Amino acid sequence: MTVALPVSTDAATPPTERQSLGRWRRLPFKAKVGAVLLGVFVLAAIIGPLVTPYDPSFQNPAPALSMHAPDAAYLLGTTQTGQDVLSQLLVGIRLTLELAFVVGAVATALAVIVGVSAAFLGGVWDEVLSLVSNVFLVIPAVPLLIILLGYLPQKGQTATIIVLSVLGWPWGARVIRAQTLAIRNRDFIAAARETGEPTWRILAFEIVPNEVSLIAASFVNTVLYAIGASVALAFIGLADLNSWSLGTILYWAQSQQALQLGAWWWFVPPGLAVALIGTALVLLNTGIDELGNPRLRDASNASRIAGRKLRPTDPTPVLMDTELLAPEPPRRGALARFAHSFSRSSLLDDNGGGGS
Amino acid sequence: MAFIVRRLIFYVVAAWAALTVNFFIPRAMPGNAVQSVMAKFPDLQPSAYQSLEAMLGVGHPGSIWHQYWSYLDDVFHFNFGVDLIEYPAKVSTLLSQTIPWTLTLVGTATVIAFVVGTALGILAGWRHGGWLDRVLPGLMFLQAIPYFFLALILLELLAVKTSVFPLGQGYTGGLTPGWNGAFIGSAIDHSILPAFTIVITSVAGWMLQMRNVMITTIGEDYVLAAQAKGLSSRRVVFTYAARNALLPQLQGFGLALGFVVSGAIIMEIVFSYPGIGLLLLNAVTSNDYPLMQAIFLVITFAVLLANLIVDLVILVIDPRARARTATR
Repeated sequence: MTVALPVSTDAATPPTERQSLGRWRRLPFKAKVGAVLLGVFVLAAIIGPLVTPYDPSFQNPAPALSMHAPDAAYLLGTTQTGQDVLSQLLVGIRLTLELAFVVGAVATALAVIVGVSAAFLGGVWDEVLSLVSNVFLVIPAVPLLIILLGYLPQKGQTATIIVLSVLGWPWGARVIRAQTLAIRNRDFIAAARETGEPTWRILAFEIVPNEVSLIAASFVNTVLYAIGASVALAFIGLADLNSWSLGTILYWAQSQQALQLGAWWWFVPPGLAVALIGTALVLLNTGIDELGNPRLRDASNASRIAGRKLRPTDPTPVLMDTELLAPEPPRRGALARFAHSFSRSSLLDDNGGGGS
Repeated sequence: MAFIVRRLIFYVVAAWAALTVNFFIPRAMPGNAVQSVMAKFPDLQPSAYQSLEAMLGVGHPGSIWHQYWSYLDDVFHFNFGVDLIEYPAKVSTLLSQTIPWTLTLVGTATVIAFVVGTALGILAGWRHGGWLDRVLPGLMFLQAIPYFFLALILLELLAVKTSVFPLGQGYTGGLTPGWNGAFIGSAIDHSILPAFTIVITSVAGWMLQMRNVMITTIGEDYVLAAQAKGLSSRRVVFTYAARNALLPQLQGFGLALGFVVSGAIIMEIVFSYPGIGLLLLNAVTSNDYPLMQAIFLVITFAVLLANLIVDLVILVIDPRARARTATR
């Protein structure tokens, strides 16, 4: 997945290969791990269904192939009816990711529209839109999803996408509204207004580009929510059980007692896939957070100055400190004790972890 | 008390929205849910039929507004109609049997997870870059595991394979529910594993959030000033930084409650725990629409109530919220 990151270099020149490489290098480590992990799954979703060794729905009637443990022919074993688990998994990853990304895109678009217009229009509009998103936020989504899908005669992919999107936007809208309120009164917006730019242009070209990292974070969060909710709903049978998604694989494994019969290869891989995709998204989100707020960055990339860890956000160390000047063990005299206590108040924390 | 009034109005609006959504869902859905109910249960009594009318809009007893008002009236009197599956049990009776289970288990586990997660977050934020930060990715992985998946794996490992814990259910069969030692002991024994699952999967979220707020708070000038005064680290951490960082955390607690409850519902299903989540699943699989809707309302109102309590707590611990009420 490509997340547009707010480390814009020069907008006039398109980023050369070296620049984009440098951009990648500056990403927080967590974001890199998350992006690579997610990339693996996206790749599996794209090429997976093309390289499945078997038809995931094909039921091999041979009794030896019922709950067959993994071997060279069936890398992840087979189900009770002789279906290949690996094939199901590859197809299932695509369906689950497809659903999640569509929900993420639709819900984030709704969030941007509602959040930006609430903050920009202000007045009654703001009150109403904020009220609606707060109400949606406190009403628990999964029970509502369950009864909505419970009523639907066809519980297909589209129905799930629509229902998840309708319920998935309020959080993002809330965050984006707050950010828009903060940006709205900046000078460059006033300047744009003075030069006679129409409102839609200000919204689309001045405000939204300044919220890219927030929108990216909101998208990642929504995708995470969509995966969790759709897998849980499919697991309790509220999905099209004839299609293969990670949730429906888990549903069938559970209803056929896979774990009780010891067929871990049927039950563990789809669950693990969900967990890994989730971890990748959380890592990515933490990375985006760190990009926007350098304080959150891991202290491990801090440079060491005279034996103390210092991060770029720390204040310049005061070199009156005897310890920093002379890296010898502190002397035991009264003067040394005084100097030591002085150094402690200039650097917040004994192990240099405290921040400024 | 303008703050409280404002929040109360908000919750009334939210509750009304939930009620209205609940009223219109069965009427707006494609396919006639009501007819399928009627076809499935041909021997309904007249009284049951009447309450079904109110809940689902069977037949046409008056205009939609008339239906709406009689529906609201029913809800206010806790009259959710008669259950279709366990006929002639009342829906409200079924609810009052299951709610205590969920409230005890999910409530306790959520509070434990919140307290532990917040404490770990304070520590991780203060010792930024310490060992807690290094285990963070591991905790994120635990958080990303679907509740039900972890629940099933734990159940298999700790209950089926090794029988350290009992296999699902709320208490050992044969015991009579009540305030006696044997029953309570058994109930606690049965709730450890489900509670553990909830704590494990939700602790990382609280921790991460608290850590991030802590790190930002520690950067504030008043924390630096407190340190410059020579106050002990403990005092600076807890009285200055953590106390302020706790406010956004508490607000987040209220809002995240809906998600936690949602996960807990699915978890109950795995453990066959006799709570409201299992009841909801049974209602959905047997098309028991009145029960489904009543459960949705109960869960929503519980979350709203919890949010109101959080608001009141914030009012107590945040002088600014009180000051705002005075000036407004």
